[in-house]
Amino acid sequence: MSIKASTRLVDGVTIVDLSGRITLGEASSTLRETVRDLISKGQKNILLNLGDVTYIDSSGIGELVSSYTSVSNQGGKLKLLNLQKKVHDLLQITKLYTVFEVHTDEAAAVRSFS
Amino acid sequence: MAETKSLEVDLESTLDSVDVAEEMVKNFAVEAGYPEDEVHQIGMAIRESVINAVVHGNCYSSQKKVSVAMEANGEQLTIRVQDQGAGFEIDEVPDPLADENLLRKSGRGLFLIRAFMDGVEMRRLSPEGMEVVMTKNFPVQQ
Repeated sequence: MSIKASTRLVDGVTIVDLSGRITLGEASSTLRETVRDLISKGQKNILLNLGDVTYIDSSGIGELVSSYTSVSNQGGKLKLLNLQKKVHDLLQITKLYTVFEVHTDEAAAVRSFS
Repeated sequence: MAETKSLEVDLESTLDSVDVAEEMVKNFAVEAGYPEDEVHQIGMAIRESVINAVVHGNCYSSQKKVSVAMEANGEQLTIRVQDQGAGFEIDEVPDPLADENLLRKSGRGLFLIRAFMDGVEMRRLSPEGMEVVMTKNFPVQQ
């Protein structure tokens, strides 16, 4: 039970396509290392595509928050794309929907960084 | 009156046990007739509870077990999770919804358990350990 992460660059925005479950352990580490790697390469406009993320636990939420804070502290922006209903509901009840900028359209999300 | 079913297991203090407990309780809830959304909520609550027991309670100790017991009686599902750790004061757990805590990396586990279950009680065990008892009412048929 883990996640897969792949990155692609679109108009200066790094889109991270994630799939699987973001939970305590290896999956959270994968997300942390992916974002850390992007920051170290100077890629600070990051869009996490969660369209294929079926489940997030409290550790996964913590990793999303930590990633958001790390990118913001470096002067960048981290936004979310395509939340499944259960993930959407989770961000709402934890009030993190007020923290993250969430998009449903990739092109519009990319444009929002400029 | 529906038949009462129960299941109890002792698990090692490892992250693998978290997945094992989640699957076990979700299967138990499915067999008890809970709908998909409720099964998801129950699975999430047990996951957070066992994470707390393994990580914060037993601190991954190979000498300590996590006990998970579940019972369904047609009206309610009751799940009990016990660890053998030092325990904690519930009142000292920060509110994860407070503005100053929103960007904290951790501290949402208990909140999610309470959000997804109908009843949650926690108590220290003697001489050591913590017990979390969670209940989920069977949804009323429409």
